[in-house]
Amino acid sequence: MSYVGMPTPSETPQETMAKIAGTAAKMKVVIVGGGVSGLSAGWWLARSGAQVTVLDKGIVGWEASGRNGGGASHYQSPLFEEEQRMWPHMDELLGYPTEHQQERLVIAISPKQLNQYHYLAKMNNDMGYRVDLLTGDQVRAMVPLAGDNCLGGMHYRFGGHANPQRSVQAYAWALQDLGGRIVQHSPVTGFETEGGKVIAVHATSGRHECDAVVVAAGPQIQALMAKLGVEVPLAAARAEMIVTEPAPMMPIGGVDGNGLYGRQTLRGNLAYGGGPHEWLETFEAGPPARPSSPLTRNLARRVAELFPKAAHLNVIRSWAGIVENTPDGRPIIDRMKDPENVTVVTMSGVGFGLSPASGHAVRDLVVDGQCSFTDVAKLSLSRFDGIGADWREQRGWQPAKAELAA
Amino acid sequence: MHLNNGTDPHAIGTKLPAPEARYDMVVVGAGPSGLAAAIAGAGEGKSVLLVDENPIPGAAMGNDVPLLFGGRMTAATQNAERMLETVFMSEPMLEAAMEAGVEVLLGTSAWGVYRNGPGITGLPENVVALADKDRGWIAGYGELVLATGARDLAIGFPGWNQPGVMGAAALERLLTRYEAFAGKRVLIVGSHDLALSTALLAREKGVDVAGVVEVRNAPQGDAALAEAVRAAQIPFYLDDAPAEAIGGIDGVERVRLRSGAEIAVDTIVLAIGLVPSIELVDAMGGKRVLDGARGGYIPGDNAGVTCVGDCAGLADTGFDHVEYRMEWARELGKLSAPDTIVCQCEEVTRADLLGVQPPRYLERPAPMAARSLDTLIKDGPPNPDQIKRLTRAGMGVCQGRRCRDQVAMMLATAANGPFGTVPLATHRAPVRPLPLRILADWEESEDMRAGWDVWFGIPTQWVPYRDIDTPREREHQQAIAEGWSL
Repeated sequence: MSYVGMPTPSETPQETMAKIAGTAAKMKVVIVGGGVSGLSAGWWLARSGAQVTVLDKGIVGWEASGRNGGGASHYQSPLFEEEQRMWPHMDELLGYPTEHQQERLVIAISPKQLNQYHYLAKMNNDMGYRVDLLTGDQVRAMVPLAGDNCLGGMHYRFGGHANPQRSVQAYAWALQDLGGRIVQHSPVTGFETEGGKVIAVHATSGRHECDAVVVAAGPQIQALMAKLGVEVPLAAARAEMIVTEPAPMMPIGGVDGNGLYGRQTLRGNLAYGGGPHEWLETFEAGPPARPSSPLTRNLARRVAELFPKAAHLNVIRSWAGIVENTPDGRPIIDRMKDPENVTVVTMSGVGFGLSPASGHAVRDLVVDGQCSFTDVAKLSLSRFDGIGADWREQRGWQPAKAELAA
Repeated sequence: MHLNNGTDPHAIGTKLPAPEARYDMVVVGAGPSGLAAAIAGAGEGKSVLLVDENPIPGAAMGNDVPLLFGGRMTAATQNAERMLETVFMSEPMLEAAMEAGVEVLLGTSAWGVYRNGPGITGLPENVVALADKDRGWIAGYGELVLATGARDLAIGFPGWNQPGVMGAAALERLLTRYEAFAGKRVLIVGSHDLALSTALLAREKGVDVAGVVEVRNAPQGDAALAEAVRAAQIPFYLDDAPAEAIGGIDGVERVRLRSGAEIAVDTIVLAIGLVPSIELVDAMGGKRVLDGARGGYIPGDNAGVTCVGDCAGLADTGFDHVEYRMEWARELGKLSAPDTIVCQCEEVTRADLLGVQPPRYLERPAPMAARSLDTLIKDGPPNPDQIKRLTRAGMGVCQGRRCRDQVAMMLATAANGPFGTVPLATHRAPVRPLPLRILADWEESEDMRAGWDVWFGIPTQWVPYRDIDTPREREHQQAIAEGWSL
């Protein structure tokens, strides 16, 4: 149950679970935000024996965590090897289906794309993650929906994809099965601090006492942490996806390329996103709406180009999600110095696939003060110390006018 | 010109195209209400576009789009030219509209409405998205008039998921406009005005009407209509309901009623009620309200959008359609088995829906099997879209036309609440299934092509962790960023 193209893990996930059991006994942890990062952290903490309460402004996984492309192949991350170790075991460990599938193909229909994929293949092979280059004919043999326009591609002998909504719900349910509480429709209104620690989290559902807090509230992290005097620079934007009626199942469903991310679901649907995003104002209460746009047409075009043999398939839905980004697009996984029992996690738009590992890292920070399995020092909040108030303007990430977005 | 997204080359900025054409008024739906609105608009000197999705391609009709045709249309519906002619010939006002200067496009569906507002400011202007059999495009509008009518309400029972179970509106369409009904002998389910007039129409068109089944103990519709049905010697089966549709390779052959009566029919016509077609309003994020006397969920007050005809709500005759259909849903639910299909596209059974269980191609370990609607309700008010994603009910190619309303009724019943306890699952564009190649923008701007990226266009995001803050970082960033556009 591991990958051909990845280093062999030194320990099984089951062994890890046995090792952490009881390490956080009686610790009361409040998780702010029931997205995939918060829920995974809550699950890891509950596996460690902590008493976990997850507070969410709405329902679990309702924002970007439950409506993304489902990819799990983020080799750039220090969490990647841990993610790859965990994913094939998640259904069993959680007790609920995630639809996780292994391996991916990325296919090119232009020379420029092919060049880039070859670069990425080499970058991965240099890291010890096996990627095989494919000719157009090899792609056509592996991807029945590909067409004559395909110039080649690459085969990740690692990575994969899962069903976002089902996986988020799996974390939430597994957490409940371990005795954790999930309090939905309960936005956080404030923090009660004493002696450099948060001792309780106030929410519309009441006062929740805690020994430690994890703030994993996506775009809302900024406003929440501001209540604690900590500045977290984040910018939110809208991303869009479309899905078709089912196509015949391909041997590997995790096929993308041509400027798209996405997957064939286990039902056969082709679910793809990509393209220009719209920077938006962030509201403490969460996004007022998640509209899609005529970008649906540009996505349809690219899916039809990627899979010419599926061009006749009906598109049956489109949707959008609001995603937060840090100034450098890299996660923040960091335990604060003051208040010292608060840990912040935002995965900067790449949280779903890495979630089995991000939860482990957060668990380690909360319980042990440091990550046990990888270096996350470059993901600290302090790298943004002294960033100007105008950091968004400097990057050209101007949000839509507030009066229009409100 | 929008400057709302700064200088980020990968932000939406001004990349969304201006509409191909712009009209003072766009009217969707060329029934009597839409035609009247279009002609009135033209009379005021406005430029008016009137679109109607009919005739729709035969393949879409096979998926019960837009009505519940139940596979009972003849091969004549596959002849696109003939279908276009029947639509034109059956509505004399179309010619009047054209003479009044209205641009009329038949076989053209309006699959989305896009407006700047909460969460989106990148549109050059408010647009309605259109598609015909060859291509998709967008049109700008000053006023938008929706006259999308009403559609069939389906409620399942054992055996309903086979050819020969259809809706009253679909039957009316096939009998009148298209003259393409393939059935010979029908049973009508329901006895309010819709059902009674459907029975009379079928009889008038030479169809053998085997009876009218009513769950309550008296006919529900207008007394004169009920009398006319009796006079036509069409029997009523009162305080009764279809317990099972039994059939063969061509679908329904007979129906067994709760009372034990067996009736040989090839078609069962669900005539319990019609549902206002609010798809476009809902998909554009518009307001909707629940009004039982007007057929269920109807459009609320939405600035710049006028709804006319049945899509604005059925005529209020004092009859509570929602209460009536809930009574039917409860009774047909009792007559159903756990494995009775609710969502035909995704083959979701009643037990799967109420158990909030995943589709059959996934495993159900013990913790999963222990979950249900009850456990979900303990976590807070159930969200219909959450249930939809978990069970897949309503996620198929018919876009929930066959099951969205009955799922809401079943969930409300299971939650011991009135209809609306679990609201209707939301609609999303495209509100009609459309092929990728039709929907695609093959004429997109150079701006769109050059600015395209997979994900947010932040090159530092993809640099391998070990190379951050090393000389290799810049090399990676350049190589990654260069490859984004096509």
